[in-house]
Amino acid sequence: MTPVVEVHNLRKVYNIEGGEDVVALRGVDLTIDPGEFVAVMGPSGSGKSTFMHIVGLLDRPTAGTYHFAGHEVSALDADALADLRSRALGFVFQSYNLLPRTTALENVELPMIYAGVRAKERHSAAMEALDAVGLARYAQHQPNQLSGGQQQRVAIARSIVNRPQLVLADEPTGALDTASSEDVMALFQRLNIERGMTVMLVTHEADVAAHARRMVMFRDGNIVSDEPVREKALV
Amino acid sequence: MISLTQTLRLALQALVRNRSRSLLTMLGVVIGVAAVIVTVAIGTGAKTSVANQINGLGSNLVIVIPGSVQTSGARTGLGGASTLTVQDGLAIAKLPGVSAVSPSVTVRAQLVTGGQNWQTTVTGVAPTYTAVRSWDVSSGRFFSQTETDEAAKVVVLGQTVVRQLFPDGSDPVGQTVLVRGVPFTVIGLLSAKGQSGAGQDQDDTAQIPYTSALERLTGGTTISTLMVSAVDGDHIESVQSQITGLLEQRHGIVSGKADDFQVRNLQDIAQAASATASILGLLLAAVAAVSLLVGGIGIMNIMLVSVTERTREIGLRVALGARSAAILRQFLIEAVVLSTGGGALGVVFGIAGAASIAVFAHWPSSVSVSAVLLALAFSAAVGVFFGYWPARKAAMLDPISALRFE
Ligand SMILES: Nc1ncnc2c1ncn2[C@@H]1O[C@H](COP(=O)(O)OP(=O)(O)OP(=O)(O)O)[C@@H](O)[C@H]1O
Ligand SMILES: [Mg+2]
Repeated sequence: MTPVVEVHNLRKVYNIEGGEDVVALRGVDLTIDPGEFVAVMGPSGSGKSTFMHIVGLLDRPTAGTYHFAGHEVSALDADALADLRSRALGFVFQSYNLLPRTTALENVELPMIYAGVRAKERHSAAMEALDAVGLARYAQHQPNQLSGGQQQRVAIARSIVNRPQLVLADEPTGALDTASSEDVMALFQRLNIERGMTVMLVTHEADVAAHARRMVMFRDGNIVSDEPVREKALV
Repeated sequence: MISLTQTLRLALQALVRNRSRSLLTMLGVVIGVAAVIVTVAIGTGAKTSVANQINGLGSNLVIVIPGSVQTSGARTGLGGASTLTVQDGLAIAKLPGVSAVSPSVTVRAQLVTGGQNWQTTVTGVAPTYTAVRSWDVSSGRFFSQTETDEAAKVVVLGQTVVRQLFPDGSDPVGQTVLVRGVPFTVIGLLSAKGQSGAGQDQDDTAQIPYTSALERLTGGTTISTLMVSAVDGDHIESVQSQITGLLEQRHGIVSGKADDFQVRNLQDIAQAASATASILGLLLAAVAAVSLLVGGIGIMNIMLVSVTERTREIGLRVALGARSAAILRQFLIEAVVLSTGGGALGVVFGIAGAASIAVFAHWPSSVSVSAVLLALAFSAAVGVFFGYWPARKAAMLDPISALRFE
């Protein structure tokens, strides 16, 4: 089985003008297989977001190799990376990042617009994704008419609508209360089990990470531990 | 890849989401384009009305007027000399290429009927006048050659004079009007001609045979103007030079001395008028360019603000797979939609403005299709030009910092 993500000796160095270089990643090795649910943890500044951005093809590593679904991606140009993002990747952000004054349905359709999907298919796929996150009834609602948890679930619907090979989430529960966090994590878990969706998410909270099946620990730009989650809280 | 129509939809959605700002941004272009349409409409309207008026005089017309004379150093203006005579007119009528000659004698005179009186310009003309000026009677008839030869006491009244002298609506034809105390019989009424380009009421007139004017009102043989009609446009120049030669000979003017008359051709006058109108048009175009420029800068300003405000949105779109060309195109289209929409609104307001000026200020105006198309094309170009920089800025944004932007 081809791994979804295979990085080897990944390094990222930020050049600060008039200051010392910041080494955010110091040679990271990681392989994620299809169907995995990985939680990334670690102290602030340990390089989790930097790693997510490179894996999500939003940024390029300073050194090292990255194979996405078997293809070396460091040689691809910006347009090819954009096309790959629109087809094969889904993103969930801490601050939802839904377009204001735009219905939930239109928000979910957005990635498919850039993938060039026709309006009819777009519509049915978006309805299906909203249904999968339990928000079909809210299709015509705008973000400011939804709770934080509901907005994040719309964002999750948006991330899965293209049936991507990998969904990336950077602190998706960071802005939510405990109950909503629980809903969102249960949703990720269900999508992972029922659809075989490959998920990698960053979190600071252990009980959030407990919903995943594998936990990777970052410290100072290195992975310091990588082990299965023991107490699985299955639904 | 995202299609162009899809990008257009995204751009429209973004603009509609910010309705009031979009409208306010358009305002600069709206006002600019509306101003252009109105001024051009008024300009062309004035130009056509001048042209119509000149055509109304008869396009093959050559006018002979007395020149200025110098008496002990003081020069009178044109027409100051009383050098043109009826005999000059008769001689000109015999020239080849001349189809009709109408002398005219103009007198300000009081007209009196039973109960009313009115001062107007009484013009003594020949029966050929209706042909020379292409002006017909609306009822009754114009006077004949016989009546002219006999210096008959007959008058044809303009519509304004009819209204003033016969306010009760009775038929003036057949009634008697005193002109400077001389009784004249009304034999016909001129059709209404309206205002001239200079704002004069052309219907405030009464016309009598020039012989009657000379014999009964002025007493003499000098006339104020000779209107000569050439057989067609090609003969105007030869007729002009023949008249000049003939009159120099008749008036005994040796070569090298100034003529005591002037021969003018209406096409020259028309050309001078249209040249003035062209210069006016050029000035209007300059004003238009400046106002569209200001409108364009307004659009650029708002687009820059919009790019900054929507930094996170742009980052999101890039993360979701938008190529930078798609972002560039969306913002460029937003700018072009703003400017062209402003242009279209401006055209609508401009047409309405021109129409209301025509109605309320009685100023002729005509909106030309080419002015409208030019205004629209120009405002679209303004959108592309001023939208490019903000759009490029949006397309160059780094998605990671854009997504983190507060
Ligand atoms: N654009 C950048 N320019 C310079 N340094 C950066 C940049 N982005 C991140 N860094 C540095 O790289 C290091 C890792 O940052 P990163 O955002 O990956 O941490 P993190 O693990 O996501 O932290 P947190 O849990 O607070 O989100 C930090 O020291 C940070 O200051
Ligand atoms: Mg982070």
